[in-house]
Amino acid sequence: MSHAVLIAAAILLPLVGGLLGRLVGFHSGLARLTAAAGGVLGGLAGLGLGGDILWNGGQAIVNWPWFATGYGLTLAVDPLSAFFLLPVSVLTALAAVYGVAYLGHSHGGSSGAGHGAIDPANVGLFAGLLQTGMVLVLLVQDALGFLFSWELMSIAAFFVIALDDGQAENRSAAWTYLVATHIGSAFLILFFLFLGHRAGGLTFTDLARVTLSGQAQALLFVAALCGFGAKAGFVPLHVWLPDAHPAAPSHISAVMSGVMIKTGIYGLLRALTFLGAPPAWWGWVLVIIGFTSGILGMVFALAQRDLKRLLAYSSVENIGIVTLGMGIGLFGVATGQTTMGVLGLAGSLLHVLNHAMFKGVLFLGAGALVQGTGTRDLDHLGGLSRRMPGAAGSFLVGAVAICGLPPLNGFVSEFLIYLAAFHGLLGGQGFALLPSFLVIAGLALIGGLAAACFTNVYGIAFLGEPRTRAAGEVGASPGLMTLGMSGLALACVLLAIALPVVLPGLAPVLAPLLPIDGPTLLLELLRAGAPLRGVLALGALLLLLVGFLAFVRGRLLAGREVGETPTWDCGYAAPTARMSYTGSSFTQPLNDLFEPVRTGTVERPALVGLFPAPGRMATHPGDSFVGHLFTPLFTGAETLFQRLRWVQSGRLQVYVLYIAVTLLVLLGWNLW
Amino acid sequence: MTMLLEGLLVLIVLTNLLMLGSSRLGVYIRAGALQGVGLAFLFFTGEGGWPEVSITVLALVTMVVKGGVFPMLLFRTIRQAGVRREVEPYVGFTASLLIGVAAWGFASWVGGRLPLPGVIRSDLLVPTAMFTIFTGLFLIVARRNAITQVLGYLVLENGVFTFGVALETSTSFLVEMGILLDIFVGVFVMVITLFQINREIEEIHMDSSKLSALKD
Repeated sequence: MSHAVLIAAAILLPLVGGLLGRLVGFHSGLARLTAAAGGVLGGLAGLGLGGDILWNGGQAIVNWPWFATGYGLTLAVDPLSAFFLLPVSVLTALAAVYGVAYLGHSHGGSSGAGHGAIDPANVGLFAGLLQTGMVLVLLVQDALGFLFSWELMSIAAFFVIALDDGQAENRSAAWTYLVATHIGSAFLILFFLFLGHRAGGLTFTDLARVTLSGQAQALLFVAALCGFGAKAGFVPLHVWLPDAHPAAPSHISAVMSGVMIKTGIYGLLRALTFLGAPPAWWGWVLVIIGFTSGILGMVFALAQRDLKRLLAYSSVENIGIVTLGMGIGLFGVATGQTTMGVLGLAGSLLHVLNHAMFKGVLFLGAGALVQGTGTRDLDHLGGLSRRMPGAAGSFLVGAVAICGLPPLNGFVSEFLIYLAAFHGLLGGQGFALLPSFLVIAGLALIGGLAAACFTNVYGIAFLGEPRTRAAGEVGASPGLMTLGMSGLALACVLLAIALPVVLPGLAPVLAPLLPIDGPTLLLELLRAGAPLRGVLALGALLLLLVGFLAFVRGRLLAGREVGETPTWDCGYAAPTARMSYTGSSFTQPLNDLFEPVRTGTVERPALVGLFPAPGRMATHPGDSFVGHLFTPLFTGAETLFQRLRWVQSGRLQVYVLYIAVTLLVLLGWNLW
Repeated sequence: MTMLLEGLLVLIVLTNLLMLGSSRLGVYIRAGALQGVGLAFLFFTGEGGWPEVSITVLALVTMVVKGGVFPMLLFRTIRQAGVRREVEPYVGFTASLLIGVAAWGFASWVGGRLPLPGVIRSDLLVPTAMFTIFTGLFLIVARRNAITQVLGYLVLENGVFTFGVALETSTSFLVEMGILLDIFVGVFVMVITLFQINREIEEIHMDSSKLSALKD
């Protein structure tokens, strides 16, 4: 199939599917299927397109006339877009498959999961729009079209978040998101206008040709950082994420967290291709942002009991890892340490791909739990691995991968970033060693915290005994949901096997970001693949060993009687599941350690006398950036603007006077 | 032809001044109607003799709508809704006239400096158009009665219309027709709305300053 057809299909099919689904909205099943078909076919087209460009090289360009305005929309797939197109396509397609069953079930209203009131046709429509927007963002080749697509994507996400608007917290989440995304958009408009003004044109080819002074370069970098950072969720611009993800239906959370926030990373990389050779301080800034985002994301995640909020904070953490890689890579490029540059940027890119897969699995798994039990509170789950084996298995793969443990895909990307940092230690000296130290220390701390966090999640939700009746009565997820989850889990495994081998395929993607020639780049990537293959082979061997031991254990136990007794019995007559270890207690030592950077509130009962009355203790994890930065900031702005209320007199005459005076002043000023 | 053109322009300026200085609603409506008819005649002042059919039709429609339909609608509203016949100014009539003279000065200055395409047939055209626009804005801002709001809007549009004649662009027919339809619907809706509001809320009584009671 020609590229032009594939491009059109990848962009239009999701939207058309969503629209048709909305048209047949009177029949829920038909609507869900139509919308999902659009998403899946669009995803397949995108996958074919991206795969073809990455495999065969070159690029595809088409030009769409834009409503006969003379303005043409140039769409192109170059290796960088093609690379980002892969996770977008795979995740949206599998999420669409999952959504058919997920929405169907909750539409029956039996779950009480808070999603009972949503019309599946609306979800399908906005999911399609979101997919179309994301693909457009990746393919568009001029600033105006980019801003338009960016807005399309952002607005679609807003509607998805706001769909379940019966609950006040969802409405507030949607507004928070809208404000955050538009603050980002404002910076992007500044970025593109300023750059376009300097370049004398708005197409990406014009923008890439411009030569900038150091000052202009710095300003533009900061604008891009704020604009794209708000979407990607750099701390402290991450505050919309933990509110928005619980509000959206789970498969859309997966898409938003897995790939929508990655468009911020794509944008930042694209911006870097315009801005010319990076100075070293860009690397510093990105390393510091990545360090804080990664660690704080995990610190906040550890304190959460709401599963989807926890996953949202974990996305902030993973964006931190991506940024660490990008930062150390840019630092390497700026200081002439090529190996470090290549490894850092390659690790960063691969982490984008990997995170999309395992975060997708985790959000879909969370959706299965929410749908089955009707709650997102970890401490109300438990014992689900026997009741939902499909979801549990996929979730386990995702959880291991997200901790960066071999032999799964999360390990590959984090290992490359480690390698980059260690190369920095070998090559640099003095002050220039510090970024490498930051990256190594940061990644190590993040990895440790992530392992604790996901041990907590998996252990509390899937192991042990059910803590509530709902968790005890849950059954296996519908087939389509299991298909979506296991597809992504399989992708995690396959990527782990394939990435060390196909690593040199990243060369064309990285080429515009690095000032070195093709053969050198290829050589660096080939060399980086060797240790990866070694570690993964070792990991696989260990897995085989575990398998073998399990087999031996099975053989030894065969024919003998295996009994089952409750744990922690100790002669106590009436144990209940509520007495078992909770997630909050599991993470308490770590939470106490990070108490100074995390603001939460604890309600303690007052226990007085020899026989105190019954009391309740509750902890409410907070986000220190909301409490200490954004709430004061926005309250202050509101107070300030309240003083301007007199402008709103409510008199028609005064409003017309405002307009008239403005126009006259402008006219006079213009003619002076 | 220039004589006729400049005579019409003077007529428009005078009707503007009349509206600024008068206290009676009836005078307003009649002055507005006169201005509209005068505008329609502007089409017949071109150099090339009798204009083409489409322009003639446009002129006739303008004449009928602005000179006949609008005054009729407005008088009917006044009668049926029991509007006070005074215009109830925020700014006094003498002050209004002085401001009008100042606006004429500003309009002349703007007319001299505004870069326009093509040849302008009379030096008076652009200042008159500007002055009419300013007058319309001023009437909306400085008068309380809701009917004067409608009239101010009409006068404002007359100014834009004059501007269109000054530029004499070839696309004018469609655009002018569109504007005419626009303003017709606008006046129609405003008149009906005023009538309805008046019927529902007695005390507002066509006093637009009290419309703020409807704000959030």
